[in-house]
Amino acid sequence: MAGLELLSDEGYRVDGRRAGELRKVRARMGVFAQADGSAYIEQGNTKVLAVVYGPHEMRGSRSKALHDRALVNCQYSMATFSTGERKRRPHGDRKSSEMTLHLKQTFEAAILTQLYPRSQIDIYVQVLQADGGNYCASVNAATLATIDAGIPMRDYVCASSAGFIEDTPLADLNYVEEAAGGPQVALALLPKSDQIALLEMNSRLHEDHLDQVIEAAIKACKDIYTVLDQVVREHVHEVTTLLGE
Amino acid sequence: MASVVLSEAEKVYIVHGIQEDLRVDGRGCEDYRCTEVETDVVSNTSGSARVKLGHTDILVGVKAEMGTPKLEKPDEGYLEFFVDCSANATPEFEGRGGEELGTEIVNTLYRIFSNGSSIDLKSLCINPREHCWVLYVDVLLLECGGNLFDAISIAVKAALFNTRIPKVRVLEDDEGSKEIELSDDPYDCIRLNVDNVPCIITLSKIGCRHVVDATLQEEACSLASLLLSVTNRGTLTCMKKLGKGSLDPESIFEMMETGKKVGKTLHIALQKTLEKEESLGTTRQKVGFLG
Repeated sequence: MAGLELLSDEGYRVDGRRAGELRKVRARMGVFAQADGSAYIEQGNTKVLAVVYGPHEMRGSRSKALHDRALVNCQYSMATFSTGERKRRPHGDRKSSEMTLHLKQTFEAAILTQLYPRSQIDIYVQVLQADGGNYCASVNAATLATIDAGIPMRDYVCASSAGFIEDTPLADLNYVEEAAGGPQVALALLPKSDQIALLEMNSRLHEDHLDQVIEAAIKACKDIYTVLDQVVREHVHEVTTLLGE
Repeated sequence: MASVVLSEAEKVYIVHGIQEDLRVDGRGCEDYRCTEVETDVVSNTSGSARVKLGHTDILVGVKAEMGTPKLEKPDEGYLEFFVDCSANATPEFEGRGGEELGTEIVNTLYRIFSNGSSIDLKSLCINPREHCWVLYVDVLLLECGGNLFDAISIAVKAALFNTRIPKVRVLEDDEGSKEIELSDDPYDCIRLNVDNVPCIITLSKIGCRHVVDATLQEEACSLASLLLSVTNRGTLTCMKKLGKGSLDPESIFEMMETGKKVGKTLHIALQKTLEKEESLGTTRQKVGFLG
């Protein structure tokens, strides 16, 4: 990406944010009536829907059931029109399968699966519009959907990405910054206990800088947590008023 | 396909209600549920629309890409349909579970768009035999609450109405080599004329009457239904019987009459909504999935 300045001398990024600033986050819980839990999140131009079914009896082969905890089953798919160039298939390609595994790993760490032995929890994530940070937005949406389904969790899971451009760590990368090919860290955090549920880094980064980048990602995750917590509280308030509490 | 299991007593309740022209949600036999339509919901498409019909939720994105015209129609562009039955709608659709239903819907869409009058494909041609616009119409099924076909056809029509294809010019130099130039102005674009795009009306036979816009519960009571594609003038362009039961010819004719009547009103209402939304322009507050 020659000629494109990702961080100006004044410290602004391509979309006008400061280095540590997040994109605008808007979210809503309880989007669908038929699912057990559902949520929608917008982080800038990235738009993700998540739906949770369960905990329910094992579907399909019973041999997959775990005798001491629930099985977390995920599917990550991207709408064929979500990306700049049209995708051929919504799921089943290598990248989506990897994302599916990541989501599964993240939520196995967060959901109290031992409470539901021999059952299954389905988490389906659908990216409607992709503009960077797809994995992070998916995790945040799935957290809200899991809370909406009333499934007990250790803590919220908040995810954010961070990059490193011109000796500055940048939080919450957008598509242009991701495509530039610099180092990129995706991090999922359980904010209250400061535990990391997933950490992935692409490209090359000097060890001395790693600390700063992870620090920036953790800070961004905590900011996300504030927003998500507010969404949950508003939703619960709305629902209880409707119930006439 | 997404379905519900009803007990015998529940079925009797629904069937008897329909006999009296009163359905479980208070509608008459020829009434649609409240329909919400919003266009331009996904910004990286050429056109998009979301339709919510009761609990049925459909998102359609149209992407225009450049391709080569088909050999048998060198001066026309073409449409490609794809339906993704997302696992969001029901866990049965996980993995390849939704493919069968998806293919069925895609084939129906191809069939209702196969006649020359529904959309002017010649306007999609850039230069004959070499370049044309291919419109990829991708349907995403987010929630199934009955009457999928009607909701999808409304969403496809709305998305095509919203589609804006950039204008291109073909420049030819002295040696005969052609170059395609894209207009600099992003507002300089082609709009499609969707007046003749048909909508699908599904009529379900329940007991000895038929209803439009059946919910999942009503679909469970119906043995057979008739799918009609109706244009804004009330012309039938395609017809198909669905379901495992059978229909007698007389009731098919009755259903066709109802279908034409309901189809005309549906087209008028949809056109009015789309024009109203269009007139708001950029001042419109986008709701999307947040509202």
